[in-house]
Amino acid sequence: MNQVMEIDRLNLHYGDFHALKEINLGIPEKTVTAFIGPSGCGKSTFLRTLNRMNDLVPGVQIGGSVKLDGQDIYGADTDVEVLRKRVGMVFQQPNPFPKSIFDNVAYGPRLHGIRDKSRLNDIVERSLRGASLWEEVKDLLGKSALSLSGGQQQRLCIARALAVEPEVLLMDEATSALDPISTLKIEELVRELKKEYTIVMVTHNMHQAARVSDRTVFFLNGELVEAEETEKLFSNPTDARTEDYITGRFG
Amino acid sequence: MRMSNKTADRIATAVFYFFAFLIIAVLASLIGFILYRGLGQISWHFLTSPPETFKTGGGIGPQLFNSLFLLVLTMIITVPLGIGAGIYMAEYSRPGRFTDFIRLVVEVLSSFPSIVVGLFGLLVFVQYFDLKFSLLAGALALTVFNLPLMVRITEQGIRGVPREQKEAGLALGLTRWHTITKVLLPVSLPTILTGTILAAGRVFGEAAALLFTAGMSSPRLDFTDWNPLSPVSPLNPLRPAETLAVHIWKINSEGVAPDAAQIAAGASAVLILTVLLFNLGSRWLGRFLYRKLTASR
Repeated sequence: MNQVMEIDRLNLHYGDFHALKEINLGIPEKTVTAFIGPSGCGKSTFLRTLNRMNDLVPGVQIGGSVKLDGQDIYGADTDVEVLRKRVGMVFQQPNPFPKSIFDNVAYGPRLHGIRDKSRLNDIVERSLRGASLWEEVKDLLGKSALSLSGGQQQRLCIARALAVEPEVLLMDEATSALDPISTLKIEELVRELKKEYTIVMVTHNMHQAARVSDRTVFFLNGELVEAEETEKLFSNPTDARTEDYITGRFG
Repeated sequence: MRMSNKTADRIATAVFYFFAFLIIAVLASLIGFILYRGLGQISWHFLTSPPETFKTGGGIGPQLFNSLFLLVLTMIITVPLGIGAGIYMAEYSRPGRFTDFIRLVVEVLSSFPSIVVGLFGLLVFVQYFDLKFSLLAGALALTVFNLPLMVRITEQGIRGVPREQKEAGLALGLTRWHTITKVLLPVSLPTILTGTILAAGRVFGEAAALLFTAGMSSPRLDFTDWNPLSPVSPLNPLRPAETLAVHIWKINSEGVAPDAAQIAAGASAVLILTVLLFNLGSRWLGRFLYRKLTASR
């Protein structure tokens, strides 16, 4: 299968702390890849190297390469803004802007230069449909995004990310702040979204990884222990540490 | 015998209430006293006529205008500088010696006695740059001690924006500039604005820093002449200008008009009311803008 992102011998240091060690991984197109592992294993840090959100953290040093469609995103000629447009992100806490629902979704497209009202309307509707939120909010587009429930806010954030037409969507424990019903909705949505987007999700919940992902990657202490087809990883893991983790012996 | 926790808790509560009421009582009586003595003096005539040196019936018109105009001038200089520096401190500065040094300078500046700022203004703006006693020299002196406040307000306002908001912007592919102007500033605008108006109130009441910079006299002003280059125009930034606070100080210490005490009382009431208006206005505007910018009801 076509690999959208290829990570080669990636190392990341926070000051003296070696947070990610020699990570090699390919992320296939239009699939869901889930990162699992105990807290502090580096899975979120790794996710954030994929759209360079770690650039914001002082004292971070990164070695190795991360390629998006064959181009190193840490290369000198990479435009970080274009990269983040292509690799969108949804965060752990729903973080809509304190603006109307419409303005939240139209935010990215507007700042990337789309002014035409009818085009914006189309984008907003398509993105909200894409995030399965349209039916719930189509009559409330002018209302504040903060008036929505947590689960709706998270789907709004997904719509906002979709509005700039990314190729890859990163989800950093996007359901951990939500109730079970909202979580299920987002999981359904993820299965729907992978028809058009490549999705990489970090989850603290193994069952979620088993339910939604095609491939699962297990991290431990900054190392990538195992990356496998989800079914294979959960039924017949190669590494003893993976087995210990998924059978609940630690973590 | 040891007091029970409950008794200690009750006593502490009572003590805190007592202090709170004490402070409120002091403030309320202070404001009440000034208003009680001064409100009766305020009339349209008082607010618009020039002062008299030897006769009764003088007003505070030019002084009131000078105070407001000086405030505007100061803000024109302070706000862009302060917001720019605040953005730098919040978003661009890296922790280290240089940043610590800037922060130290800002702290020291803000604790300068205003009379020292006034003397600095006299030496640097009035004499060295030869601005004479003028509104501009006064505005620059006020900038010196208003700037630290503006920097801190802006920095705190921007740092107060949740990290998630900033990341949301960056994750959409916004540049740093857009993240600052489109995400951080709108969210922090109410804070910054409220702080700015509070700073303005401080400027409005300042006297010591102005004695040797904006001066203690006003030329005869012609309120029909709006050419800022004309020496009798109220808009001329290079003319000397006595502000309301300076005027109060002056007539209290050397006023010879028979009604000097009443004039001072009236002027004090006007000053306090204006500052009060600034405070209330800033809250109202802050809330209004927050609602407007965030579409929250």
